[in-house]
Amino acid sequence: MKHNLILRFIVKYLFPVIALFALYVQFHGDYGPGGGFQAGIILSVAFIFYSLVFGLKTTEQVLPPGVLRIVMCTGVLIYAGTGVTTMLMGGNFLDYNLLSQNPIEGQHLGILMIELGVGITVSSVMLIIFFAFAGRGRPEEADHD
Amino acid sequence: MIEQNFSLLLVVIPLIAAPVVAMLPNGRLPWLLVLVVTWLCLALASWQLSVVSDGDIISYELGGWAPPWGIEYRIDAMNAFVALMVSGIAAITVPYALRSVEKEIPRQQISLFYSAFLLCLVGLLGVAQTGDVFNLFVFLEISSLSSYILIAMGRERRALTAAYQYLVMGTIGATFLLIGIGLLYAETGTLNMLDLHQRLEPIIDHRTVHTGFAFIIVGIALKLALFPLHLWVPNAYKYAPSAISVFLAATATKVAVYIMLRMVFTVFSSDFVRTTPTHLIFLMLGIFGVVFASIIAIFQTDAKRLLAYSSVAQVSYMVLGMGLASALGVTATLIHMFNHALMKGALFMAIGAMVYRVGISRLEELNGLGRQMPWTFAAFFIAGLSLIGVPGTAGFISKWYLVLAALEQQSWFIALVIILGSLLSVVYLWKVVEVLWFYPATESGLSVKEAPVSLLVPMWALIFANIYFGINTELTVNVADTAVKLLGIPPYHE
Amino acid sequence: MIDIIISHYNYWVVIMLMMAGFYTVISRGNLIKKITGINIFQTSVFLMYISIGYVSEGTPPIIAEGFTKYSNPLPHVMILTAIVVGVSTTALGLALVVRIKEAYGTIEEDEIHDQDMSL
Repeated sequence: MKHNLILRFIVKYLFPVIALFALYVQFHGDYGPGGGFQAGIILSVAFIFYSLVFGLKTTEQVLPPGVLRIVMCTGVLIYAGTGVTTMLMGGNFLDYNLLSQNPIEGQHLGILMIELGVGITVSSVMLIIFFAFAGRGRPEEADHD
Repeated sequence: MIEQNFSLLLVVIPLIAAPVVAMLPNGRLPWLLVLVVTWLCLALASWQLSVVSDGDIISYELGGWAPPWGIEYRIDAMNAFVALMVSGIAAITVPYALRSVEKEIPRQQISLFYSAFLLCLVGLLGVAQTGDVFNLFVFLEISSLSSYILIAMGRERRALTAAYQYLVMGTIGATFLLIGIGLLYAETGTLNMLDLHQRLEPIIDHRTVHTGFAFIIVGIALKLALFPLHLWVPNAYKYAPSAISVFLAATATKVAVYIMLRMVFTVFSSDFVRTTPTHLIFLMLGIFGVVFASIIAIFQTDAKRLLAYSSVAQVSYMVLGMGLASALGVTATLIHMFNHALMKGALFMAIGAMVYRVGISRLEELNGLGRQMPWTFAAFFIAGLSLIGVPGTAGFISKWYLVLAALEQQSWFIALVIILGSLLSVVYLWKVVEVLWFYPATESGLSVKEAPVSLLVPMWALIFANIYFGINTELTVNVADTAVKLLGIPPYHE
Repeated sequence: MIDIIISHYNYWVVIMLMMAGFYTVISRGNLIKKITGINIFQTSVFLMYISIGYVSEGTPPIIAEGFTKYSNPLPHVMILTAIVVGVSTTALGLALVVRIKEAYGTIEEDEIHDQDMSL
């Protein structure tokens, strides 16, 4: 990819923009269109874009698949953990009113937590799927420079 | 944790355990955690059944939002019955799965396999517990996706095509269910099952409602393997790993029968079934299913595929009971649902034990194995007697109720079809028994030893359950009666 | 009569997409085309949900001053969930196709059938 200077330049500058947009969509799920699933996909798109230009091996050095599996499981556990926390506090499952003194603040906090869990899970799942598909079939041709 | 949360914990505990199992190193540790979780679920499901078996209803609001605005888990006798069946089969399959899975699945996939197993359990238990139609769709898809994964982990490469075929047909079925739910939502504005029932009553003759009902019935029929839509079953049950054949054959289609019962009798009503041609469709498809699937089973040359066609025939019995649309008919369906899980589970476990020793399930490879593995063969024989409906076993109770329900409506033809189905099942089961016991063993077959104890104990636990529930019918019949009363199905009268 | 047909044009699109997707699943033998057919079929269902759940001139359902007409969040949530389910199914189906290609060497359904039958 030595010759594709334009692509490398654009990826280096677009990557933080895409990641920032993903975080914007994640935290604006409360007030407008957005939320965990969309944000997770956009964040994973940033990493996939990087790996399309720079090669799979380079990206796997940043995000080893074993670590991704643990991150994915952590996301699900954050979601379920929020629900279990509200149960331990005496309410029903995912009863956000109990998470804070003010019920409205509790609702905001609850939604943020579960959307965080969803976002983490979705982005890591998409990356695991991409690495699994892209890494098959031609293992010797990882990085043609 | 207060007691009222237990119904929810039945779904949340496997859900939390699934990612934890996925993170564990491969070996025996994932199996141990899955064993603990499934036995805990069995305990919770038994507690739940003991609370609702005399007609009480547990109602649990998720998120503290009251229904119909929030999702509600509404547990009555039928839900608890299905939940007990699913968690019981899971709890029996996991000890069986220890040796069987170690032999059939590559070591580096074991923790992911058990994680997918737990997700399938989450999906099936969630379907059994929920009182919200869209939540039902989501949990159904969770269990279906996990079962595609579990089937694809079989040893042969045909497991992949079997899983792919199941995926295509299952997704079409789920999408049809989604269309039906959307049409019903458009007409009523609510997703809660009881609220839908109340709001549908004045508008039940609208064409949109009928269309929604038709889509829902076809969608669920694909998951249920009702007669013309059963094509995914033989390959899926044959090429799946043995423990998964046991689990899926005993639970997945029965849970789809439960969904059909819920949608048809709770959301719509039994009057709707009788006044529209629905009961005729169920009766016709049930009769065709029983006769044709049993006949096709007779010509099979592979033991697991034979049992898969037998499962299609047995599900057609359940649909026949639904088509009779009377209290006795639906009671028969519920009892047969439970008993068939016990019977088919034991049969698939026996064949799985033979596959564990020999590696193939084609009938000519199983020559004479019955004499080498007497305990396994005895289990197969007794479970086969139960499938036929010999008095003293659980199968007799469900066939008896079915025939009673048919005779109550003076339809001698249906009673004859049920008895004909039993006779056909004698033929195909005798085919397997003959190969196992009366044929001389092949040379490689002579060195086969009896199945290991960890495979035999769950098998015989299911056999004892078969015989116990055939003699002491208090649990199954009482719970089925309570469930049918709560569904509001009146007894048949002229 | 004509203006009823024209004003409901989104339902006509739903029907056309649904039939196109379903026909693709049934008639095409290539495994990836089948999955694409399922995707088109599911997309038509989402379009149907949006058409049903549309509130004209509704704002996002966050209580704000000066707005009285809010759009109904429930159909949108249902569509989001169904989209996620569809994406998961597509991913799983494509993973199976990759494994089938490695095991059989082809992704045409009739060639796979011939290879299975010839054993």
